Amino acid sequence: MGGRYGDGAIQPASITDKTFKETWHARALAVTLATGSLRQWNLDMSRHARECLPPKDYCAFSYYDKWISALANLLVAKGVISPDEFLDPVQKMHPLSSRKLLAADVAGVLSKGAPTSRSVEGSPKFLLGQSVKTRRADNKFISGGHTRLPKYVERCEGKIEICHGAHVFPDTHAHGLGEQPEHLYTVSFLTSELWESPENPSDTLCVDIWESYMEPVNDP
Amino acid sequence: MPHDVEKHSHSLLPSDPELKVKALETALVKRGLIDPAALDEIIDTYQNKIGPKNGATIVAKALLDKNFKKDLLGDPMQILEKHGFLGRQGEHIKVVENTPEVHNIVVCTLCSCYPWPLLGIPPTWYKSDEYRSRVVREPRKCLLEFGVTLPKNTKVRVWDSTAEIRYMVLPILPDKYKGFDEEQLSEIISRDAMIGTALIGDQS
Repeated sequence: MGGRYGDGAIQPASITDKTFKETWHARALAVTLATGSLRQWNLDMSRHARECLPPKDYCAFSYYDKWISALANLLVAKGVISPDEFLDPVQKMHPLSSRKLLAADVAGVLSKGAPTSRSVEGSPKFLLGQSVKTRRADNKFISGGHTRLPKYVERCEGKIEICHGAHVFPDTHAHGLGEQPEHLYTVSFLTSELWESPENPSDTLCVDIWESYMEPVNDP
Repeated sequence: MPHDVEKHSHSLLPSDPELKVKALETALVKRGLIDPAALDEIIDTYQNKIGPKNGATIVAKALLDKNFKKDLLGDPMQILEKHGFLGRQGEHIKVVENTPEVHNIVVCTLCSCYPWPLLGIPPTWYKSDEYRSRVVREPRKCLLEFGVTLPKNTKVRVWDSTAEIRYMVLPILPDKYKGFDEEQLSEIISRDAMIGTALIGDQS
């Protein structure tokens, strides 16, 4: 949605705002995190599940409603539970219940995280300061699949700012096609390259971009 | 699981999101797949233990100690590990420094990526369509809505967190707060200042 028009004014927080505005927001986050321990999907798959909500629902649902609805779809798609159980829960131990996240393990799991950096053979293809051009923001492996190249920077020229080393490639990882780690870079774009009428043409946007999303540009 | 062939099981759940969460939680608890006590523990962690105080502690140190700042901007992970600020959604963190020349702002246009171990759960506005769609196109107008006006010559640099790298802003210490000690500073460094939508000393 980066760059989309029509969204209206931002409502900054007030100092009295709670971490979770509603009790169910907290519950939605906790259920989502806890089911991760069943190890039936990875982070990229769960992100993609949110993107796969029908556009009408995606626009209409609130933030945590997207989470919980995507989780329901993922649980069914991965065969963990049947959709009938949503309305008619069944009291029966699940084969995956041995993986259930226990209260005593929460602190350890949350403080551990899941780093995505990987070592790969081969040095980065691009150098700091090099000019690059992005390709189309589509998944190359799966039509309509997950990708992290935002639409608003597709087919734009930018400059390599930072090399982050190799990281798991979401375009394959989200679809069970393996981690296929690639070098990841921060690329800066002048706003004048991205928008027809930029607020200030010398402002910049920095986006993290995987190597195969880009090709080199020969500086004139 | 491409977009068009997926069955949308979520439509079988109640449409009220509060009931939707409840139904899902009940179904999962009955199958022994989640433990309500673990859910309480997760909520307690993000409600009471992990929040912007962590980030403010680090920022205050960096504003007072040049060497600490250099290390933080270079390789923050070692410092964060030492302070116990590692964890989920903060596996790879980069700190970007505001200067009189450049003002940094962080967003995630694809979802809501955010440095949880340093700033906790993102505020509602950070996750809103309004912020995510607009800040990449009209950051200065967005800053005005937060009550921030930048000097004319300051360039804006927006960081869209599209990978697993999480960004935190190291704000400028205004002259009037020079002489504050670490604890006093960490009190006035707001969450929004570390996202880039406030300056030190602004409320929120």
